Amino acid sequence: MVWKDLLVERRSKETLNALAFFSLLLLFVFQFALGPDRERLAGVLPGLLWLGFVLAGLLGLGRTFVAERENDCWEGLLLAPGDKSAIYVGKLAGNLLLMLAVEAMLLVLFAVFFNLDLAGVLPALGLVVVLGTLGLAAVGTLFAAMTANLRARELLFPVLLLPVQVPVLLATVKATEAVLAGEPLGAVAHWLQLLAAADAVYVTAGLLTFDFVLEG
Amino acid sequence: MAADPLVSVSDLRKTFGTHRALDGVALDVAGGEAVALLGANGAGKTTLLKILATLLRPTRGRVMVAGHDAVREPEAVRRHLGLVAHGAHVYEDLTARENLAFWTALGGLRVPAADLAAALAAVELERHAGARVRTFSAGMKRRLSLARFVLARPSVLLLDEPFAGLDQRAKKWLEEYLQAFKAGGGAIVMATHSFGRELAVADRIAILAGGAIALEAPRGPLTTDDVQRLYALHAEDAP
Repeated sequence: MVWKDLLVERRSKETLNALAFFSLLLLFVFQFALGPDRERLAGVLPGLLWLGFVLAGLLGLGRTFVAERENDCWEGLLLAPGDKSAIYVGKLAGNLLLMLAVEAMLLVLFAVFFNLDLAGVLPALGLVVVLGTLGLAAVGTLFAAMTANLRARELLFPVLLLPVQVPVLLATVKATEAVLAGEPLGAVAHWLQLLAAADAVYVTAGLLTFDFVLEG
Repeated sequence: MAADPLVSVSDLRKTFGTHRALDGVALDVAGGEAVALLGANGAGKTTLLKILATLLRPTRGRVMVAGHDAVREPEAVRRHLGLVAHGAHVYEDLTARENLAFWTALGGLRVPAADLAAALAAVELERHAGARVRTFSAGMKRRLSLARFVLARPSVLLLDEPFAGLDQRAKKWLEEYLQAFKAGGGAIVMATHSFGRELAVADRIAILAGGAIALEAPRGPLTTDDVQRLYALHAEDAP
């Protein structure tokens, strides 16, 4: 499933191109809104960073099952014998890789646009980003499947996803704020524990319920 | 008919809200046999196929496929059936070979490259193995869809308008393929509007009208004209 999704994306480049362009636009908007005031930037940077990640994630995750809508491939997935949670794991892994690629690009653009030196905090920031992205992708993949065959899926998907993401967003923004301020990882251990616990709950919920979601 | 049919439907009812799409349907299909479901739009043909394919749950009644209950053991049923419906279940941005490799892997089969090539050759797509499906015609997509079943070897094939949109060569190929599938002991249930090659493959016809089987008859002694006359008597869209 991961191989198939990445191959389709590599050939169509639909999601990656759209997200790259969207990220660039987002940064231009942030740049105009904030101006050159470094103090103001330091206070809002963690929130902006995750706003960018979440908005790009919403666009990407919402397209998780677009390829399955062509030629009734969704029906094909349903009819494939075997454990349906494997499909969830494959889709989650594909989404995670795509989102991390976009986030890496966004981080580089943030550093360039706002003249930031992220080299010293990159390992700690990377850990926070991976944990936060896993939580977003785990629920996003499940909700994308739930809304894939609904007419109002573009509207329902973010409406369902964002409230569930509150613990993840709270923990990631707080942990990112501390990491960017140069605090050690030990200082944000409680946020990282919350993130890891939320990830475990979300992934487990996805594994246990995906079969029912797919069957409708 | 054999003692244990591969497909057995009894007292089947399916309702959507207050609308009864199927009511009191009973049908047995033995191995080596093909049944053509005829009927007007909305007669319940596709609904019946979807219930057999475990894509819909019946409101009432019993559906057995290859000895497994379609409601209680859908996964076991899915291991025994192949569905070729309006969508060919193929990804447009993958090649024919990649599609085949993906679907067989998803079905839990580890298929060597030589067997994938042989399956593509069996459906006459070997020259297009490396071409993206986006460039394929409808007939080629349907053949690629059938290539999966060359490898998975289901015992029951469910077909919705199998010959629609195919050119004469593809129709001839599909007819020969279905005859060979039957000769191998497989059971076929196909929904159709037409009286063409489907009837040549079918051993029995069942005319659905108003969600029930209005007539079931062996195909053997019936000519195409006979079937058209029977259809005119029983189907809801009869001229």
